[in-house]
Amino acid sequence: MPANSSEIVIEATNLKKVYGDFVAVNGINFKVTKGESFGLLGPNGAGKSTTMRMISATLTRSEGDLKILGLDPVTKAPQIRAHLGVIPQQDHLDNELTVAENLYIYGRYFGLSRAYLKPKVEELLEFAQLVEKRNEKVEALSGGMKRRLTIARGLINQPEILMLDEPTTGLDPQARHILWDRLFRLKEEGVTLILTTHYMDEAEQLCDRIVVMDNGTIMAEGSPAGLIAEYSSKEVLELRFGSNKNIEAAKALEGYGDRLEILPDRILLYCNDAEAVLEKVNHDGMKPLTSLVRRSSLEDVFLRLTGRTLVE
Amino acid sequence: MSTINRTVSRWTVLHAVEHRLLIQKKWFKSILLFGIGNPTLYLLSIGLGIGSLVDANTTGVDGVKYLTFLAPALLANAAIQSAMTETMFPAMAGFIWAKTFFGIRSTPISGKGIASGIWISAILQVAFTTGIYWIILWLFGAMDHAGSWLSLLTAIYGGLAVGAVMLFVASLIDHDDGFLAIVNRFVMMPMFLFSGTFYPLTTLPLYVRWIGWVSPLWHSTELGRWASYGHSIPGTIAIIHIAYLGLWIGLGLYFARRRFNQRLAK
Repeated sequence: MPANSSEIVIEATNLKKVYGDFVAVNGINFKVTKGESFGLLGPNGAGKSTTMRMISATLTRSEGDLKILGLDPVTKAPQIRAHLGVIPQQDHLDNELTVAENLYIYGRYFGLSRAYLKPKVEELLEFAQLVEKRNEKVEALSGGMKRRLTIARGLINQPEILMLDEPTTGLDPQARHILWDRLFRLKEEGVTLILTTHYMDEAEQLCDRIVVMDNGTIMAEGSPAGLIAEYSSKEVLELRFGSNKNIEAAKALEGYGDRLEILPDRILLYCNDAEAVLEKVNHDGMKPLTSLVRRSSLEDVFLRLTGRTLVE
Repeated sequence: MSTINRTVSRWTVLHAVEHRLLIQKKWFKSILLFGIGNPTLYLLSIGLGIGSLVDANTTGVDGVKYLTFLAPALLANAAIQSAMTETMFPAMAGFIWAKTFFGIRSTPISGKGIASGIWISAILQVAFTTGIYWIILWLFGAMDHAGSWLSLLTAIYGGLAVGAVMLFVASLIDHDDGFLAIVNRFVMMPMFLFSGTFYPLTTLPLYVRWIGWVSPLWHSTELGRWASYGHSIPGTIAIIHIAYLGLWIGLGLYFARRRFNQRLAK
């Protein structure tokens, strides 16, 4: 739950971003309260990163209104950025500097003193599990190590709002869980998290509230559980009949569940008791090559709302 | 959570300078080696070699021995080369190679601040390498007049003029298609050859002399020769030399800072 639900730290009203004829973000409205963990979900090109950059005060809006910590990014961008931690999709680390120097110099750009940065850099090296690599040049690091360093860099100024644009892409499962743990702790300290991700488990684990975006607009908004309850069934039965037989099999499966989706490689049957539906499918003589019973996820919500999967 | 000072400093540009100095420190040995080796080889081959030939067959050039005549031009050229390296390479690294500017833009510094920081750190680098060059010229006896040290300042001034414009030019490049090599071959080399470096510009026919007139190297060299050994320049022309290089600095910095802001806000 939000630490202090009364204080709004981000407020977007009819927020719009246009590049020539292309409308990247088309008049969206949302509010984020202090300590909340807020997720932006959507496929590539949905407008998530553009929205993130407008919140990060590095991209000016075309229309509408935006307030970050009560300040307008058009006139107070540096002041806003002083309060933010940004973990962009690309690492953009300085290859000519060492791991520790990357953290140090990034902190200096926030005007942080050397006395503050000395222990802070050590703390973040530990957090990123890069203590032994502290004097290595960045180009010698693996992709996962670079990602961890970028995440650590985003925390150098103890941000009040942490912006994470697909933060765990490239991380192994163990590193992802360590990051989740760290984010939980930051959240407990009152840090507001703004997150985009392609991982549904990540969104469900981390986000109090989610907006689903597509084509620059917000398709739905709510808690992960609330969105699933509203836009999907309790369970899903996934059936594979072979790539050329799915469409034909789907015709025979009409009425077996609440709803049915045909994907290129499989059929999704939305229902409340997937085991029972599978039994009936088998009993009726249909022979799927494979079957999977699972609970509904945000992926299903997205599929329902946009007709597309999140990772394309 | 402990609180930290989040006041945005008026001097954020100095953090960009610190960043550049941190990188330059890593290249210190190479910078020093190049700074000493380059002028030494130049002076041994062209200065002393060609200089001996010229001095043996003439009464010198512009009323002084050839090496004295040549030295301010070499110094001005060294400053320009150093300024180009220290402005174009960081801009290319920041925008294209490592794209570091796209990480830094999430901090309180603006694109304008980053551009200014690179240019200011270039001043320090140019002063350092040009200073070494001047000392070697002095050791070779090419800077033996009382006011010769002033040529160090005029060379740095010329270097920074080119550095400001090249900072802007580099900020326009979207893809690294060998642009730096093109600049070196088709801008720097003709400028070096046709700016009165090895002989007075007046010896060239008018149809190529204009290259010298528009070249910052010639303006810087003329000022350097005036400062170094009293090369005769009318007061108005001296003001034009200073103003022309000042215009390069002003326009270069104005457009570079603007372009950095625009590009990082895309």
